Amino acid sequence: MSPAKTPKPDELIAIRYAPPETPWMETPTVFRPGTWSYSGGAKSLAALGLPNPRAWQPSDADWKLPENWQSIILEGMRERLEKYRSFRLFMDLCVRCGACADKCHFYIGSGDPKNMPVLRAELLRSVYRRYFTESGKRFGRLAGARDLTIDVLKEWFYYFYQCTECRRCSVFCPYGIDQAEITMIGRELLNLVGCNINWVMEPVANCFRTGNHLGIQPGGVKDMLEFMADDIADRTGVRVDLPLNKKGADILFVTPSGDYFADPGTYTCMGYMMLFHEIGLNYTFSTYASEGGNFGLFTSHEMIKRLNAKIYAEAKRLGVKWILGGECGHMWRVLHQYMDTMNGPADFLEEPVSPITGTRFENARATKMVHIAEFTADLIRNGKLKLDPSRNDHLRVTFHDSCNPARAMGLFEEPRYIISHVCNHFHEMAEDTIREKTLCCGGGAGLGNDENMEMRMRGGMPRAMAVKQVKEKHGVNRLACMCAIDRATLTSLMDYWVPGVTVTGVHELLANALVMKGEKERTTDLRGEPLTG
Amino acid sequence: MNIIASLIAVLILTLLAIGITVSANLSTLLTVVFPYAAFATFLIGFAYRIVKWAKVPVPFRITTTCGQQASLPWIKCAPLESPSGIAGVIGRMALEVLLFRSLFRNTAVAIVGQRPVYGSAKWLWFFGLLFHWSLLVIVLRHLRFFIEPIAPWIKGLSAIDGFFEIGVPTLYFTDAAVLAGLTFLFLRRVAVPQLRYISLVTDYFALMLLLSIVTTGLMMRHFFPADLLQVKNLALGWVTFAPAIPKGIGPVLTIHLCYVFTLLAWFPFGKLMHMGGIFLSPTRNLANDNRMNRHLNPWNAPVKVHTYEEYEDEFREKMKLAGLPVEKE
Repeated sequence: MSPAKTPKPDELIAIRYAPPETPWMETPTVFRPGTWSYSGGAKSLAALGLPNPRAWQPSDADWKLPENWQSIILEGMRERLEKYRSFRLFMDLCVRCGACADKCHFYIGSGDPKNMPVLRAELLRSVYRRYFTESGKRFGRLAGARDLTIDVLKEWFYYFYQCTECRRCSVFCPYGIDQAEITMIGRELLNLVGCNINWVMEPVANCFRTGNHLGIQPGGVKDMLEFMADDIADRTGVRVDLPLNKKGADILFVTPSGDYFADPGTYTCMGYMMLFHEIGLNYTFSTYASEGGNFGLFTSHEMIKRLNAKIYAEAKRLGVKWILGGECGHMWRVLHQYMDTMNGPADFLEEPVSPITGTRFENARATKMVHIAEFTADLIRNGKLKLDPSRNDHLRVTFHDSCNPARAMGLFEEPRYIISHVCNHFHEMAEDTIREKTLCCGGGAGLGNDENMEMRMRGGMPRAMAVKQVKEKHGVNRLACMCAIDRATLTSLMDYWVPGVTVTGVHELLANALVMKGEKERTTDLRGEPLTG
Repeated sequence: MNIIASLIAVLILTLLAIGITVSANLSTLLTVVFPYAAFATFLIGFAYRIVKWAKVPVPFRITTTCGQQASLPWIKCAPLESPSGIAGVIGRMALEVLLFRSLFRNTAVAIVGQRPVYGSAKWLWFFGLLFHWSLLVIVLRHLRFFIEPIAPWIKGLSAIDGFFEIGVPTLYFTDAAVLAGLTFLFLRRVAVPQLRYISLVTDYFALMLLLSIVTTGLMMRHFFPADLLQVKNLALGWVTFAPAIPKGIGPVLTIHLCYVFTLLAWFPFGKLMHMGGIFLSPTRNLANDNRMNRHLNPWNAPVKVHTYEEYEDEFREKMKLAGLPVEKE
């Protein structure tokens, strides 16, 4: 199959917000090319021991479901209603005030009413009412209930894979109803009958076996890091070391594999390596725990735990004191809100203390994992880094808050503090599009694949337009972010909506500005682009 | 369609209420049996729903953070938007419950000049708050029927509420406000196409029922005055468990009571339970202290993982070739 052709920006922006004539329960779901993702491969499912591995596509009429798929789903719902207060409450609590409706980037970009978080949740609630509430059992449609049919299941698939679990709706909901939670449970249910997407399942299977989403084997990881060390030597004249699987290191460093796989993530990774070299940090990368990201988050709670277990296990094996995590979005949702509960207690580690500044990271005393932005902001605050921000003078920078560090962590000031110390030209986007109100890149939660391109461009449109505004106003040409998925998806998004703006990690900017001991005069930035002035 | 179904439900209810007004036996039922049945259903149902929610565990701490986390001491954190402790959580919940903090953020999006624009949209917050607070004051004012002598605070509340002294008897501010709030919420639901699209029968029914209660209440106060002494005797009879059968309490009061009892009995089973549920919402009532304090999941069970040993067994030769240390040679 070749991906569908994405319409031109001018055509795509003509969005109608008027709902269709037919009530939503009677409006069929159309799997239009460009708006959905290919099915999860049988090989990946089999490797993970997941149900119903088979060859199928969402566009097929027959999804080859098990005979008793309805009872599997309903039993799965019952189980989860008893295990997650969030799920039960969010099924019951909504008053359909509509405050969430136009907060979803997919609704803003598509106008499809089933992308209003409230209606996306009703897709599941209607079935919940039919089988788990008295009023739904008795009054059916009058109580907003409907039967679980194959069309309903397909509708779930289409719309739960059109939600990036960004939690923006949850900020605006008067009861804090979180569509991410509903999508996560919805996807778990779909997984019970083998309905999932390949852009999630293949990375999950890879990560389980090789330690990272991209399936890079131990030697490959080493080669990639060596390439980067060569590039660093070329640009700066300094040769950094590459500690890998090193026992006796103080700190285990874990970052998304996207950072050492492709541009522009690699420049961010080079940034980490230069920083650690410069401050003389006794740290190590790991090939076994070579993935900070966790596509289990887009599969099921159980899968989050299965993949995440490697990080603590590796920290224990290597005997490090604590763990440092790189720039990533959903990775930090897992590390901040799930890791300790799932795979802790990390009583074999020490409370994180920066060996350079002596700062005790009180906020990470239980999980024992520190975000690189917290670590670096502390270094700058304590005057441990020599920085020359004029080396970023060729860049006019704006900052995109990634969904998860924003709304599942509250990491707002640390990256801004770093950027404001390493760049002279930093311009914020509009108030309604940053911090807790930040807008998704459109490709999170496993949707950043090519066959889903039209939907990505629609979902990312609100973010892109906010960038466009600062580009026109301040001449912004570089979009900074702290997320590996962003670095990949925002790049396509900028090319489509705001050509001329490129994407960077925060530590790439830091590395440009970092004055290293014994370095040669820098004439280019990490990308080899000439410095101005 | 849903609005018509809801209208029919309210009409049936009204016809039943009218039926009660003309039948002495049914009137007895209304004044002696219904109040207890409705109130008991309300209390038991409310408690049942809360317990049912509360019994389900909270496996993960999934706070939605709307402000800066507490991290490094020199970075100013946002204790009410991203609380790191119990005090902050209480403050955050108080803001949410008393002032509808999250709804205050509301914006409305429109595509202007090929670009989304986020306009201010505080009307929903304003009228929502107006309606809820007015309803609370009205319920509290009604306590004057149930308490003898009337507590000073109830008199004070009524005096403040009627401060403007418009008309005879005085028009209460909250009566006008609750009507304005409900009318806004209803018209919004009918007029905004997206809202009409998502509205269920229950959404219209709740508003219509409340509007009916308010309307009949206002009619009694301003157009068809009820015998307040009779009403008071009736209410006192209920709370002293000696319900008196009053002589002719008037059709408007009968209908008013029918609506109120319906509301009470339906409350625990419908959307109005958001009143209790909001306190349990795990994205709001948990501190953002995940990495500080470990959260326990009562059903945390072992899962199948891929151990380092299994990993090294598969890749040992390749690791050696790459010069990476291995556990077993």
